[in-house]
Order: sequence, then C-alpha cells, then structure tokens
Amino acid sequence: MITLNHYLIVSGILFALGFAGVIARRNIIIIYMCLEMMLSAANLTLVAFSRFNLVDGLPDYTAQALVFFTITVAAAEVAVGLAIIVALFRSKQSVDVEAVTKLQG
Amino acid sequence: MPPLLFYLFAALSLGFGLMVVLSRNPVTSALSLAMSFVGLAALFISLDAYFIGTIQILVYAGAVMVLFLFIIMLLDIKEEAEKRSSLGAIVGAILVASVLSVQIATVCSSLSHSKQSVADSALKLQEAGAEMTASGKSLATITKDLAAGELPDTKLMGLTLFSQYAFHLQVIGLLLLVGTVGVVVLSKREKEVAP
Amino acid sequence: MPDQETSSLPTLLLLLPLLTALVILLGNKVLKGASVALSVFSAAVCFIISFILLGTQDSSPILLPFLEVGKFRIAIDALIDQQSRGMMFIVTSIGLLVHLFSLGYMKEDEARVRFFGSLSLFMFSMTGIVLAGNLVMMFIFWELVGLSSYLLIGHWFEKPSAAEASKKAFLTNRIGDFGFMIGILMLFMANHGDVSFLGLKSSFAEGPLHEIAKSNTTFMMLAALGIFMGAVGKSAQFPLHVWLPDAMEGPTPVSALIHAATMVAAGVFMLVRCSFVIEASLSAATIIAWIGGLTALMAALMATQQNDIKRVLAYSTLSQLGYMVMAVGLLAIQVSGEHHEAGPGHPAMFHLYTHAFFKAMLFLGSGAIIYACHHEQDIWKMGGLMKHMPVTFATFAIGTAALMGVPGLSGFFSKEAILGLAFEVKNPSGSPLFWVGVGTAMLTAFYMTRMFVVTFFGKPRTENAHHAVEAPIIMIFPLAVLALLTLISPIGPVARLLQAMEPKHAENHPTVMIASIAALIVGVGAGIFLYRGKDKDPLNIKLFANKFYFDEIYAVIVQVCQDGLAWFVTGLERLFVDGLVARLPAFIATRLGSAARVLTGGQLQSYTFLLGAGVLIVIYLVIFVLPHLGH
Repeated sequence: MITLNHYLIVSGILFALGFAGVIARRNIIIIYMCLEMMLSAANLTLVAFSRFNLVDGLPDYTAQALVFFTITVAAAEVAVGLAIIVALFRSKQSVDVEAVTKLQG
Repeated sequence: MPPLLFYLFAALSLGFGLMVVLSRNPVTSALSLAMSFVGLAALFISLDAYFIGTIQILVYAGAVMVLFLFIIMLLDIKEEAEKRSSLGAIVGAILVASVLSVQIATVCSSLSHSKQSVADSALKLQEAGAEMTASGKSLATITKDLAAGELPDTKLMGLTLFSQYAFHLQVIGLLLLVGTVGVVVLSKREKEVAP
Repeated sequence: MPDQETSSLPTLLLLLPLLTALVILLGNKVLKGASVALSVFSAAVCFIISFILLGTQDSSPILLPFLEVGKFRIAIDALIDQQSRGMMFIVTSIGLLVHLFSLGYMKEDEARVRFFGSLSLFMFSMTGIVLAGNLVMMFIFWELVGLSSYLLIGHWFEKPSAAEASKKAFLTNRIGDFGFMIGILMLFMANHGDVSFLGLKSSFAEGPLHEIAKSNTTFMMLAALGIFMGAVGKSAQFPLHVWLPDAMEGPTPVSALIHAATMVAAGVFMLVRCSFVIEASLSAATIIAWIGGLTALMAALMATQQNDIKRVLAYSTLSQLGYMVMAVGLLAIQVSGEHHEAGPGHPAMFHLYTHAFFKAMLFLGSGAIIYACHHEQDIWKMGGLMKHMPVTFATFAIGTAALMGVPGLSGFFSKEAILGLAFEVKNPSGSPLFWVGVGTAMLTAFYMTRMFVVTFFGKPRTENAHHAVEAPIIMIFPLAVLALLTLISPIGPVARLLQAMEPKHAENHPTVMIASIAALIVGVGAGIFLYRGKDKDPLNIKLFANKFYFDEIYAVIVQVCQDGLAWFVTGLERLFVDGLVARLPAFIATRLGSAARVLTGGQLQSYTFLLGAGVLIVIYLVIFVLPHLGH
C-alpha cells in the first residue's frame, strides 16, 4: 500500500534534487527552474499532510489554501525573477552566475 | 490509487526532475520541468487534491514554463553557453542532496502516522456532509455533493479561500499587481542619458 | 575650631581668581575689555584679603572636602601660619602690581584677554600652593601652576621659540614633578595616609616617621630627595635649570611675576614647608645644600656673559634660588636630629621675600626698558638710558643695589643671613659652601654692575635707545611701589608686620660682614673697570656664554638615549612585532583567507552550498542530537 511516508520521501528527493541543481548549475535560468522544483516539492508535502490529517472526514483545506498561495506567490516570483534575469543579461551579457560577483566582500 | 500508478508518476516526476538538473540544454531542462510538474500534478490528484493538481498544470506547466521558454528564446542561450561546473560544486551538490534525502527519509519514517495508507484514512463524506448541514455553516451545493458521496474539492477550496482566507486572497491579488508593475519597471530599457 | 572670618577669607582668596579665570576664558568674546578690568579687580581684592590675613591668628581651616576613600581623607584645606601669610602677601602684592604693569605693557597685544585670563589662573594656582595644608593639595596646585606657566610662556605662541620654550618648561617640570610625587607617596605610605603638614610634623616629632627616620635612613633620604626633586623642577635647580632662561620668551610681566618672584620661589617655599622631612635625613640635606650652592655659582658664572637683559636677570634668579635652596639644606644640616622649629625666621624664606620684591622690580624695570626700546632686549644695543628714563633708572638702581647686597638694603640682610648660617654650620660642608656663597655674591655684584653700566651709562648705541622715552605712569607706578617695598622691607616694623621676614640669625659675624662687603666691592669694581664706556663686551668666555653647553649636552644625552632606545626597540619590533605578532598571524590569515575566499567569493554556488550545509547541520543538531540530550 502507498503510505504517507511514500509521498514524503518523493517530496524530499525532489527537494534535494532541486537543491543539488541550485548548487551545481551555473546557468541562472536553470537555477530558477530548480528553485521552482523545490517549491513544488514542498507543496507536495503540504497536500500529503492535508490528505492524511482529516478534519471532520474531509482533507484539511487550510493546507491546500496555503499551497494555493504558494503557487500564486511562486508565479509572481518567477515573473519578477525572470525580469531581473533579463536586466542582468542586459548588463552582463551572460546568464552565468559567476559573472555576478557583486556580492563579493 | 493503485500503487503501480503512484510509482509511475513518482518516477515521472523524479526522473524528469533529474533531467532538469543534468541537461546541458536549457530548453530540454524547461520541457523536463514541465513533464516533472505533470507527474507532480498526478500525485496531487492521487491525494484527492483535484483543484491543486489542476492549477499545478495550468500555472506551472502552462504559464510559468512558457515564461521560462520565452526568456530562454529571448536571451538566445546556447547549449554551450554554460561552462562546465567545477568538480567541487558537483561533489558538494551530490553530498548535500544525498545527506538531505537521508535526513528527510529518517525523519519521515519516524513519524507516528507515516505508516497510514490512503485506505487507513478514508474520507467520510456522508458524515461530514451531515455535520455541515447540522451546523449550517456550509452551502447547499457542497452538502448535496457530499450527501451524494462525491468530494466537491473545488467548491470546498473556494469556500475556504473566500470565507476563511478572504483577506489573504486580497493581499495575494495586490502582490500579483505589485509583481506586474515590478516586472514592467525592471524590463523597461533605461533611457540613454543625453551627453 | 577656626573662626568664621578666617575660614571664609581664604576660601574667597582661593576661589576668586579661579572664578575670574573661568569667566574670562569662557566669556572672552562677550566681555572683551571688561575682562581685563575684572582680572585686575580680582587681583586687588586678593591683595586686600591677604593684607587682612596678615593680622589673623594661625589656623588650619578646611575649605572644601575633596577626596574621601574610607579612612583616607584629602581636603582642600588651608594652613595659615606666618609662612603662608607672608608668602600670600608677596604673591598678591606682586601679582597686583604685575597686573597693573601689564595694563600698560600688554596694551597693544591682540590676545591680552587670554593673557589676563591665564594670569588669573596663575593667581589661583599660586594661592592654592601657598595655602595648601597637605601635600596632595599642594601637588594639585603645583601642577596647575606648571600649566599656567606653560600657558603664559607660550603666550606668543606664533613665535616658534616661545612655543619651544613653553614646551621645554613644561616637560622639564614634569621630571621634577615625578620625583615630587614619588616623595609624596613615600611619605603617604610611611605616615599611613596622613600627608597634611601638621600631621607630618607631629609624626616626625614623635610618631611613625620619627621611628623610620631613626631606623631606615635610606628610605628617609629617598623621600626627602623625592620632595626635593619637585623643588628642583619648579625652582630650576641644577640639573633641571635649563628651562628658566628660555622661559624669558614669555611676556616680561609674566617673567617678573612667575619666573622671578613667585612660582620659581614655590619650590623653596615647599622645601621650607617640608623642612622637617629634610631635617630627618642628613645626607639628603647635604645633597640639597650642595646642589643649591652649585646652582648659585654656576648660574652666576653664566650670567656674566649674557647679552639679553632678561636672560641676565633669569640667570641671576637661578643663582638666587640656588642661594635659597642652599640655605634650606644648610639649616637642615644644622638642626638635623635636633628637631627644633625652623619656622618663621628661616633665612631661605627671608631671602625669598626680599628677592621677590627687588627681582620683580628689576624684571618690570627691564620690561619698561624693553617697551621703551621697541622690544629690543640686547643690552649692547641700549646704553645711556639714564637720561631718557630717570624713574626707571632710579628704581632699577635700587633693585640692583639690593640684589648686589649693598649694606642697608634688603638683599644685604637676607644674603647676610644665609652666609651667616653657612658660617655657623659645624659640618664639613659648611665652610666650602660659605665660600661658594661669597663667590656667588661677588659674581652677582659683577654681572649686575656690567648690565647696569652697559644699559644706563655711556652713549646710546642704537636709534631705538636714542629715542627711548619714559614708560607710561601705569607702568611706572608698580616700579615705584616695588622700590618702596624693597627699601622698607628690611626695616624692623615692616619686617615684624610681615612676621616671617624677621631673620632668625641676626647676629653679625665680623668675618661674614667683611667677606660679603669685600665681595661686593671687588665685584662692582671689576664691573665698572671692565665695562665703563665700552661698546662691546671685552670679555668673551664661550663656556659661560653658552651656559656651560648644558642644552647641547642634554641634546646629546637625549639623542644617544633615544637612538639607543630606538635601536633596541627596532630590534624588538623586528623580532616580536614584525615576526611573531605581524608576520605569523599574517601568514595564517593569508592561508585561512585563501581557503575562505572560495566560500565568500561572491559566487552564488558556494553560498548555496554553505546554506545547504548549514541547514543540514542544523537539522542534524535539532533532530538527531538534541533529543538524545534530553530535550
């Protein structure tokens, strides 16, 4: 049988994959995709818990509302983030994160 | 949901997720992400979250992916544009990812109710409908569906959002507006300063 | 229990100049000319108070509580006895006259408000020293006097030489003050925290210090010499005498007040105050007497070859201070071990009083001359001033005669007292010091005659001297008053009024009399013979003119010490600072830095990795470690 544990582990692996991508990749657009993947993995956890923690015999819709908000914010974030990437590309002519070293102390 | 389908969709999601990380071509990455999200949406639906599963496909696989592809095309990023990552970064990434996975797995396995299956926590639609009717806190359309033994997922979602989280929804709407304005400002080409 | 009148008067005496100084220095923009009047007014009030005090009884009122730590108490208290009453009269009377003189002398000075402010500050500090009832309070005002002296010497700080001189005076005094402080601390330790003069005195008579003086002579000698160090600095004794001649860079009224009459005499005043300390150690008394004698003789020799009128007077002051210190030492030798009252008739104090009047007058007179000759200070560019400045001439003549010790004038009596003391002392040091004193007296007569003849007689050697006119009345008046004081101060009733001025050793020894009169005649005769009608100095003794090369020797000593120290410190620095402290940590830091640069190179990847690693560690600690620790 498929248990809560299965869903949580799938979610955890997806999150770790996304994190590995953020660390390993240098293309800022792909880093962004990995971030989206991590957000979705977190959503999976929320939905899984909502389904397995029944409230009056129904899924916990509070958790699903949170997922709804997360997706909305993530969409807005993607839009703004991509605009930033475009602006960055204009000034650096590159999407390589190594080109962005302004954070250097 | 049959276990086979769960494993299929989980494999779909994780496999294409791996493709996103490994692929050298940004377009491949973007399309793999879309496929990964489709698998994820299927997992959502398997958890009786039809509405979330649907907007996962609509928003991510539809809108966000198009946006990504659009930017990739716009910036004309070639496959060879990205230099190979350093060995240290790759090793670090693998290390962090594997340790994180092991930690999450350990924590999840130790949860008291993690052994519950979907059957163990079956939905009690009729009882819920009866209670809602009794308390009078719900809408007729929802209680009717519940009485008929169907889960009115979207209706319940709507009820939650527009009653309990009405204010938050307004704020999110405002956030989207601000995001739109921000994107316009960021994307606007700065005027050349006259010499 | 001090009665109300005597305790409120000293408070007023002490605080009035302080208030004046504060008001002037803080409000000089607003007050302008009024502050000058205020300063003079304050000086006048102080003079009146000290005049009233002359007629009061001995008392030791506490003016202000100052420091209380457990059983240890230091207060701003006053010890009003014959010595401080007399000294107070000197300080305030000369102070007032100098204030008046400055009104004329500093009339055209831009910064005269600052000048009068500093002058009031000096009056405050000096009052503090004179009134001080304990050594700590005296030390505080001792330093304040040093500060105001620094301010006044450096009044014309635009002149590099004045700025240098003020620094030199300040630093040289620091050396002496250091010794003074050690001396105070030694007494403080030995007398269990009581450093008031009365307490120390009774302790020396019969108390802890009496025992120590008997049992630990080295300790007592070091304590006495420490106290003496303070006087060496302030009274410019050998080997710290170098600052006083340079201090003549200050305005002449300041030289008269501070560097001739009062501040430099503070060292002698303090030594007499602490005479019981010196009397407790014969070896210290001997050293003090010899240093005084040496300073007196050496300074007199240097004075014979100076051409700057103020420098001649400065060396003369040095020489006379040496005389006083010698007297302190000699009296201590004489009474050593017997512990009888040094008190009012101390010959050193007597000479201090008489000297203060005539030396202040001589300085003010030289100020009038300098003023008349358009700030010309070289005596060889003067000459024939007798006709142009009759009043100055007359007062200067009285002062010179008093300084030389012409019989009947004040200097004669006080010098006589010291020489008589030296003659009386039954000690191997007595006889040679007597002859040192006589020699100094002869030299004094010689150089004063030289200066007097060259300045006032003969023909004017420059245009400035030719057109010199008598100084204005405001400057003449103090001269005349001081001349009067010089004339009357040795007369019985006046001396008795000032009580302290009555010499103790009044008996005349024929030998002393003859020796000093002979010294006077030889000195004056040689001076007139050598310098009458001369246009330039017939004698040319480089050694004296260059002040025994003390400045140069000190420069070399300082340089050698500095170079050696610098060489040593450089070595230390190379080894420890550069090597162990700088290079080694630098090496480690470089290595660490290059290792850490990967982590903070501004690369998103490394930041993310660090973030992930940090999260992993936190999860590990929170989930896997803490539960096992019982949380």
